[in-house]
Amino acid sequence: MAYFLIFVSAIFVNNILLAQFLGICPFLGVSNKLSTATGMSGAVCFVITLATVVTYLLNKYLLVPFGLEFLQTISFILVIAALVQMVEIVLKKISPSLYQALGIFLPLITTNCAVLGVAITVVTKEFALGGAPHMLNLGEATVYAIATSLGYGLAMCLFAGLREHLAQSDVPKAFKGLPIALITVGIMAMAFLGFSGIV
Amino acid sequence: MSKWHFVTDGFVKNNPTFVLVLGMCPTLATTTSALNGLEMGLATMFVLILSNIVISLIAPMVPDKVRIPVYITVIATFVTVLQLLMQAFTPAAYETLGLFIPLIVVNCIVLGRAEGFANKHGVGESALDGIGIGLGFTAALTAIGIVREVLGSGSIFGWKFIAGDGILAFVMAPGAFLVLGYLMVLFNKYLAKK
Amino acid sequence: MAAASTLKNMALCLGAVCLVCSAVVGGSYVLTAGPIAEAARAKTVASIAAVLPEFSAEPVEGSITVNGTDYTYYQVEGAGCAIVSSTSGFGGPLKLMVGIASDGTVHNTTVLSHSETPGLGAKCTTDEGFIAQFRGFDPAVKSLSVKKDGGDLDAITASTITSRAYALAVSNAVAVFNEINKGGQAHE
Repeated sequence: MAYFLIFVSAIFVNNILLAQFLGICPFLGVSNKLSTATGMSGAVCFVITLATVVTYLLNKYLLVPFGLEFLQTISFILVIAALVQMVEIVLKKISPSLYQALGIFLPLITTNCAVLGVAITVVTKEFALGGAPHMLNLGEATVYAIATSLGYGLAMCLFAGLREHLAQSDVPKAFKGLPIALITVGIMAMAFLGFSGIV
Repeated sequence: MSKWHFVTDGFVKNNPTFVLVLGMCPTLATTTSALNGLEMGLATMFVLILSNIVISLIAPMVPDKVRIPVYITVIATFVTVLQLLMQAFTPAAYETLGLFIPLIVVNCIVLGRAEGFANKHGVGESALDGIGIGLGFTAALTAIGIVREVLGSGSIFGWKFIAGDGILAFVMAPGAFLVLGYLMVLFNKYLAKK
Repeated sequence: MAAASTLKNMALCLGAVCLVCSAVVGGSYVLTAGPIAEAARAKTVASIAAVLPEFSAEPVEGSITVNGTDYTYYQVEGAGCAIVSSTSGFGGPLKLMVGIASDGTVHNTTVLSHSETPGLGAKCTTDEGFIAQFRGFDPAVKSLSVKKDGGDLDAITASTITSRAYALAVSNAVAVFNEINKGGQAHE
């Protein structure tokens, strides 16, 4: 049950893009076409899940025992940067087709604040899941990471679909490009507000 | 030639929020009130100025291939220092801004200026650029914060001028996108007129 | 002109940067450790002072497990006990400091952290009418739940879930207080 709550809450209620504002830059940058949006979502999903598990373990078995929590920011970002590089190399070797689909997005992901944001959130924030609020354990953290990145993909693909239509419609000159896109996201976020309170 | 234009460029021509459209996450997330926007802007400016200075100093000695890891390490160091200083001396602000203080590390403005400006310019110019871009970012965040606070809570910098609530949607997530979108329209109009 | 990207140069450069950065971070940690601890203590003392009658003694920290949940509390000689109690609100955890006077009545409550909706549930920090109900509340006489659930508390308009969570946090704190005092004066 707890896993299910985390899942629904991370995808719909606290959608990472529309409610937490993480990873907005790539969201606005690559959502012009549905195909690039799906590629980016896939890469983000992969990296967020992997990075969250690795940094969770790093935090639990290295930083906390030595009282070094203040190093979270610096160590997490270095681990994430190294991890992204490694994923790129491994992917190139073992699955060229997957590399072709996701490869060009990987370098962009290091500075995607969604990755660092989720990694820091799961080790610092207490979650309320009906009962008394508590810190997530490894299983819950993994589920949270997967669900969050699915939420990211969902919002990204929905928005890319809208934006493909937006590109063809006639909008006033000053609204062209990003302004109208931001206003559209605002309306989408309003729709997602309707989910609040269901968990 | 005066170096003053390095500061003014960051404010208008290269405004990080309305023109370069960088660092959107803190821009949207922390501007629920004018004060929060101002604090976030100043925190980012602190990191931006220091990292610009240090990177312009060390850039000639850094081999090309390890450039990015070195910059990230330098930036992350200053962010950690900032976190510690804020926890010690402005704990309330640290608590409200929360996650978005450590996330300055991945703010594209900071790495963008390191890579796009500081490693090609001298210390003085890089420091001025940091101040200009930092001020531009702070001004933009404060402006968004003021609009959202006035519409959403009926107050400005915590001073309430309407009894009761404002239009709550503006304090919540959708308002952030809407206000930024409309302010960008105004900024475009202004630039087009010039 | 950047230095050549030879293995030796790269290793030297990264090593030097890491060394200097660790020194800077370590140094600032040592320098700020005192002020950070002081700021955290000041915040705790301020919230204890807000929920208990005036006191002069130093609060003594303790922790206890009640119904499988860990609670932190601060025992203050001559004033009562301040208990940190958190529950699930509407938008996430709702964390309160609940002050219970020595006679077992609730003295006052204050919100330590919350993630409720601005303008609705977030009013639990400002709605004087709601907060005032808890001052001098005697759990032995009245029931700590909202009227909708058959209790004696008026909920915040349009924020029943937040009000319920608030009431539950206070009633959990009362249970903790009773548990602490059941064991006599075995603790400080």
